Amino acid sequence: MNFTGEQIERYSRHIILQDVGAQGQKKIMEGKVLIIGAGGLGAPAALYLAAAGVGTIGLVDGDQVDLTNLQRQVIHFTPDVGKPKVASAKEKIEQMNPDVQVVTYEEMATASNISGIIRDYDFIIDGTDNFPAKFLINDACVFGRKPFSHGGILRFDGQTMTYLPGEVCYRCVFKGSPPKNAVPACSQAGVLGAVAGMLGTIQAAEALKYFVGKGELLTNRLLVFNALKMNFRTVNIKRNKSCPVCGEKPTIVELFDEEQPVCDLRKEKE
Amino acid sequence: MKVKVNGNDQALDKSEVSVAELLAINSVEMPDMVSVQLNGEFVKKENYVNTYLNEADEIDFLYFMGGGRRSA
Ligand SMILES: [Zn+2]
Repeated sequence: MNFTGEQIERYSRHIILQDVGAQGQKKIMEGKVLIIGAGGLGAPAALYLAAAGVGTIGLVDGDQVDLTNLQRQVIHFTPDVGKPKVASAKEKIEQMNPDVQVVTYEEMATASNISGIIRDYDFIIDGTDNFPAKFLINDACVFGRKPFSHGGILRFDGQTMTYLPGEVCYRCVFKGSPPKNAVPACSQAGVLGAVAGMLGTIQAAEALKYFVGKGELLTNRLLVFNALKMNFRTVNIKRNKSCPVCGEKPTIVELFDEEQPVCDLRKEKE
Repeated sequence: MKVKVNGNDQALDKSEVSVAELLAINSVEMPDMVSVQLNGEFVKKENYVNTYLNEADEIDFLYFMGGGRRSA
């Protein structure tokens, strides 16, 4: 791949970075990233990956833009309310950077479709907000040997780790979905919009580092931060021998769909 | 006894403290939403009650976090 004059200009701040350079930028432009969930985490991740010139960005989301999304899902604008999220995100990415090929999947990821979708991608970003989806992505990536970035946010807190085949997976840390009655009620949930932006941006940076092959990924460690105290910390984690999916005696050998508690403030009020 | 909880020193006035008690001391309201690592090894939930801490142990409470998007 040869850069056009316009590309050399567009990506000049990457190209002059010693650890990226023309080589790294080429790898980014050949990269294929799948973002599952075009919401709080997926929106900032998609914007930065698009700006960076990632070759193909896949977007998986079966929902429409809602007014309550706009407080944090920065890829969607007011006139997009009611539009499919993947269509809204695709429009913004194409306006921002015509080099990027956008593939949309207007559906929820499920045990029956996820393996077929992730197959075409080099790196997956988990931008979902519920545990069943997070575990499904983890299991599909472990089985399919695909690198992925886990991200979770709650109120002012965020956590993220980067899975590489053979290394610590999400289930090594959290075995399975917590009991439904333990999940915080919607009224106690909520999230500072900027926290979603911080975390999604970290996930995008991990994907870019993966392509460039420089530095250290958040592999075998979990980054946790609290934005109220603005305190960041990484916790080292070892492979868990009793991990249900990658441990010595795995009990999960195929993908499955789990029911999920859905947080809908309007329904709660009714 | 002094231990390290999530990277911070914590003094405990009792000599025998289990993981379950430490969770209570730190007012972790929903232990089901936490994964506990003791000196780099995960403690199974069923062992919280009978796993006792030693001087200078390092404990991490890792919280379940959803967030992002209801998309799958
Ligand atoms: Zn595992």
